[in-house]
Amino acid sequence: MTDITNTPAAEHEAQLGDYFALLKPRVMQLVVFTAVVGMLAAPVSVHPIVGFASILFVAIGAGASGALNMWWDADIDSVMRRTSKRPIPAGKVQPGEALALGVALSGLSVMMLALSANLLAAGMLLFTILFYAVVYSMWLKRATPQNIVIGGAAGAFPPVIGWIIATGSFSVEAWLMFALIFMWTPPHFWALALFMRSDYDDANVPMLTVTHGRPSTRRHILAYTVLLAVLAVGTGFTAIGGYIYLSFAIVLNALFLIGAYRIWQRDEEMAEGDNYLVERKFFRLSLYYLFLHFGAILIEATLRPYGLGGW
Amino acid sequence: MGIRAEHEIHGRRKGRNVGVGLMLGGFVVLVMLLTFVKITETDFTRAPGTANTAAGSEASD
Repeated sequence: MTDITNTPAAEHEAQLGDYFALLKPRVMQLVVFTAVVGMLAAPVSVHPIVGFASILFVAIGAGASGALNMWWDADIDSVMRRTSKRPIPAGKVQPGEALALGVALSGLSVMMLALSANLLAAGMLLFTILFYAVVYSMWLKRATPQNIVIGGAAGAFPPVIGWIIATGSFSVEAWLMFALIFMWTPPHFWALALFMRSDYDDANVPMLTVTHGRPSTRRHILAYTVLLAVLAVGTGFTAIGGYIYLSFAIVLNALFLIGAYRIWQRDEEMAEGDNYLVERKFFRLSLYYLFLHFGAILIEATLRPYGLGGW
Repeated sequence: MGIRAEHEIHGRRKGRNVGVGLMLGGFVVLVMLLTFVKITETDFTRAPGTANTAAGSEASD
């Protein structure tokens, strides 16, 4: 007599949560938040149901690109400590299932966004999915230490898509929000690469820490943080900025610059001495940094109809 | 006589199927709401090619 629990299918049968984990829910949170800010910061109002549905389809599209990324990167994920518990390396979901889910949800999300919002928004979503899955995951990630710099663009498109959902067109303000995420991504990931130590080395991913060394990575973090600070504070003087945003930007960028400067001043010996405390703090701050900048843009946009937000 | 014994795996499968069912139901409701909004918000009198539209009569003024 056979026991049903001993069959491979029963042991590895995926639950709904495992498929949901393929969609990278934490990345999806950032996508949803920045896309909502992009949509609400636009000078055109959107019907709540149309807005809700459109953002949902953007989130599904982002999730689909996450599933495609996990399908392609399953070999790397199984080597890296940070990603070894993802559904495919953990044996909960088969690679083919992730591919099927990614392709199906990509098609569904793009088609539905075209119907709920407009063709330009749908086109941008399709471009973003392909950029993340093909240009970043399949090409850049394993080919160049600039993987994070160029690949970061994929994560920077959601506020632009949000803006297009509302207006049906591009604008300078939308691209400023894009630039904010685009410039923020490299220092965020390089700080992570500094204290995750051997993860990227083990997986043969040509992160800057592996190809150019850690001192060079520290210099790059400082350089990008300086450029980011100029951009972030400068955005405060545009149509999406205002007193509130500018106050947030000045404080956050001062803290971020101090963190980057301290990282630049340290060497590996000092970092190992305190278990990468400064790098870890900088990484944690980077999470609040982006959330609070977009939060401030949202506050400005929310107050504008009452004559309080903006300049 | 068929196998009647309920196993833990059947419960898990049921949970998964209910989850998928709820998502599909939610999707149907969302599409229905979207359709309603699109129909009520669209000004069909301004559709291109319509002869006696408000826009057309304004343009001819």
